[in-house]
Amino acid sequence: MTQTRLTHLQALEAESIEILREVAASFERPVMMYSIGKDSSVLLHLARKAFYPSRIPFPLLHVDTTFKFREMIAFRDRTAEEYGFDLIRHTNQDGVRDGINPFDHGSSRYTDIMKTAALRQALNAGKYDAAIGGARRDEEKSRAKERIFSHRNASHAWDPKNQRPELWRTFNTRLNPGESMRVFPISNWTELDVWTYIYSENIPIVPLYFARPRPVVERSGTLIMVDDERLPLLPGERPREEVVRFRTLGCYPLTGAIRSDAADLPSIIMEMQASRTSEREGRLIDSDSVGSMEKKKQEGYF
Amino acid sequence: MASPNTDLDLWLAQQTDKSLLRFLTCGSVDDGKSTLIGRLLYDSQLVLDDQLASLKKESHNRIVGEEGIDFSLLVDGLAAEREQGITIDVAYRFFSTDKRKFIVADTPGHEQYTRNMATGASNADLALVLVDARKGVLTQTRRHSFILSLIGVKHVVLVVNKIDLVDYDRAVFERIAAEYRAFAEPLGFKTLAAVPVSALRGDNILRPSAHTPWYDGAALVPYLEEIAVSEDRSAQSFRFTVQWVNRPDLDFRGFSGTIASGTVAVGDDVLIASSRKPARVSRIVTMDGDLTRAVAGQAVTLVLDREVDVSRGDVLSHPGETPEFSNQFQARLVWMNEEAAFPGRSYLLKIGAQTVPATITDLKYRTNVNTLERSAATKIDLNEVATVTIATDKPIAFDPYAANALTGGFILIDRLSNATLGAGAIEFGLRRAQNLTYQNFDVNREVRARMKGQAPRIVWFTGLSGSGKSSIANLLEKRLTAEGRHAYILDGDNVRHGLNKDLGFTEAARVENIRRVAEVARLMADAGLVVLVSFISPFEKERRLAREIAGDIDFTEVYVDTPLDVCEARDPKGLYKKARAGEIKNFTGIDSPFEAPSNPELVLHGAEEEPAVLADQLHGWLKF
Repeated sequence: MTQTRLTHLQALEAESIEILREVAASFERPVMMYSIGKDSSVLLHLARKAFYPSRIPFPLLHVDTTFKFREMIAFRDRTAEEYGFDLIRHTNQDGVRDGINPFDHGSSRYTDIMKTAALRQALNAGKYDAAIGGARRDEEKSRAKERIFSHRNASHAWDPKNQRPELWRTFNTRLNPGESMRVFPISNWTELDVWTYIYSENIPIVPLYFARPRPVVERSGTLIMVDDERLPLLPGERPREEVVRFRTLGCYPLTGAIRSDAADLPSIIMEMQASRTSEREGRLIDSDSVGSMEKKKQEGYF
Repeated sequence: MASPNTDLDLWLAQQTDKSLLRFLTCGSVDDGKSTLIGRLLYDSQLVLDDQLASLKKESHNRIVGEEGIDFSLLVDGLAAEREQGITIDVAYRFFSTDKRKFIVADTPGHEQYTRNMATGASNADLALVLVDARKGVLTQTRRHSFILSLIGVKHVVLVVNKIDLVDYDRAVFERIAAEYRAFAEPLGFKTLAAVPVSALRGDNILRPSAHTPWYDGAALVPYLEEIAVSEDRSAQSFRFTVQWVNRPDLDFRGFSGTIASGTVAVGDDVLIASSRKPARVSRIVTMDGDLTRAVAGQAVTLVLDREVDVSRGDVLSHPGETPEFSNQFQARLVWMNEEAAFPGRSYLLKIGAQTVPATITDLKYRTNVNTLERSAATKIDLNEVATVTIATDKPIAFDPYAANALTGGFILIDRLSNATLGAGAIEFGLRRAQNLTYQNFDVNREVRARMKGQAPRIVWFTGLSGSGKSSIANLLEKRLTAEGRHAYILDGDNVRHGLNKDLGFTEAARVENIRRVAEVARLMADAGLVVLVSFISPFEKERRLAREIAGDIDFTEVYVDTPLDVCEARDPKGLYKKARAGEIKNFTGIDSPFEAPSNPELVLHGAEEEPAVLADQLHGWLKF
């Protein structure tokens, strides 16, 4: 081997591995958020690499809102079994008891209870002092400003005006009692980097990313997949088969599909090169109001 | 026909061949940094349809270019920034051209956010320093440029923005460029170019503008595509920082970390910095298979051929090219906290994966960021830059920052709040002999105390058994230790079992007991310690004796006033029970009197507040 300089992807990979190791070495009870999406798949792959030949020295946490795509849950369980990591599943039982759903209670209240509050519950229950997430700075404007090691106070809130300076790769990992850290090892990756890495490393991802015929309904220009019988159909509305795929995955009633023929990774990457919309457009929670993501983050949303 | 995979592989290969340039934009408020980055994203076709639509909506009532867009909205992410029209924190942006990939750190202009600008600079190869053509070089322009040189950014482009607002006047541009070059000359940048642009109108961004025929340099983007900034880190001395000891089972022990610089191969001899012990690299492990050689930037796991003591923070190098290993060094420090830095205060220092207590031992001078002149100072305020000497509690491995930023840059952390207070660049290590000039002064109490950064004193707790003396003293000791002070508790347990184990409980023995404890307290205070004495000391006469022995050492008598019935109900050691049963004689409060102090400095009411609250009150009153 005569290579002396790392390629762009190799450099990103090494940086992420260094961050993951720093978490394992510096915190008492770290946990990795596992959302089952492509970024989580990349994060899991990086964690396996970071600690090899040891097992991943922290558990993975999935906050199950009960409205995830069925294929996501199947993929999650398959992956946990194949790689043998500790998987913690958490659902907000108060929300389940009250029958909280995105149809009757609105996307914002539903997300607040089943996602934000559920995450806080799970983090408090596990007494986790560091939670690793797969957010990237190219996703959204407030994320572009977040540190890699992002400090949270005792109520999990982010103070964007008072972030710790973060120089070189010398991360300040120290916490006072009750405080915690959110850590974003793939902060510096772009969506294109994620896809090319998945392709070159042959990383398994949920099949929902690939175009297939799926039952959908179209509402105000957004294609919603009818994943189970809980989706209430409007009068006269009837699901129809369309060849669609997802650029981002979440709760099926809140995740828009795109019409696409891209059925494998090369086609997805080529399609993305030509695409003219950003990936979070498919997420209905972001477009509520300007600054909505920042507000959610201050309240403790990941 | 080529398969899609072949096309993709070709395309991927092209992507891989592109080099990456990390740069930051800095300069004063309203110089148009965010607008410039928005323009770069827009011109490189990275603004997507949905973003463009929401942008046009938001640009209403704002200053816009021909495209009808306020470009700064693309990058000013935080709601507070949109309201105030300023940039608070570093925003990272990504774009690429056919020739290069770029990561841009858009950093804040306001003076109070200088620390965020340093954050952006620490990982950048190049900086765009923006100035408003109407205003020229400002204080903040100079401050940022100085910090760039301190952080070690080697390449600078002076972007004279809003050139359209001075009617594309050549004289204005040349005057500003000349002024900046004169200022920046001592800062030692490797390259310095000046470009006249209008970010709002797109002049000299992608291609030379027809409005500035007098400018014959490259437009901004072509310049950024071509400039060579890369240092070959693999050609430098080998440095490997151990982050995490990898021990899945008894058969495998590896050291996981990143190669900061240089290369390493299987069979190489290496030295462990902390112990100077040699070993040989037997394996370079990754999940993709073992490597025979690894280069700067790679995250790997090294296995050594023998059992040597290596832990997190250790630095491995090749013999003959070892890093410095010392507990004293000179450094340049940027202060980033509202609370000023003082010599003598104790902080936590993190360098690589090493974290150690450290003290600023000497503040040599402060550098005026406007004139680069040096002046004497007794503290370092927010956003100031100073040259200091620092002593660490134990030796650390490091290189001069100029030689290796990853092994020569450090941060200082507050021991109580855990905030990041400052960032430093090591200039050179100091040997002990260079630093301690014994002939200049006698070693006395003041000198020893100054080394510890504290005033020695004796705090004497008196009160009944079970009154809470020891709990309060313990909490106070913890707090003082967390603040980096050196304190020690003397109490019945650690004195009666050793020094005074020959003494009984007769009145003569009790006086001798107190005399010895007071003498030990005085010696410890003379050595520079804060001494917390926790003794029942029931007699006024004994306490007066202790005060006399202390002499000129600050002596504080603290009476922990807890009623007997409360103490007896607590009875933490079961002593009251035994005394009541007659098993212990001469027990204070039962069959021996307690003379309440007539004139103590402080009284704590042990029945009314928790020990933690009392310890906090005491800490405040004692003004440590």
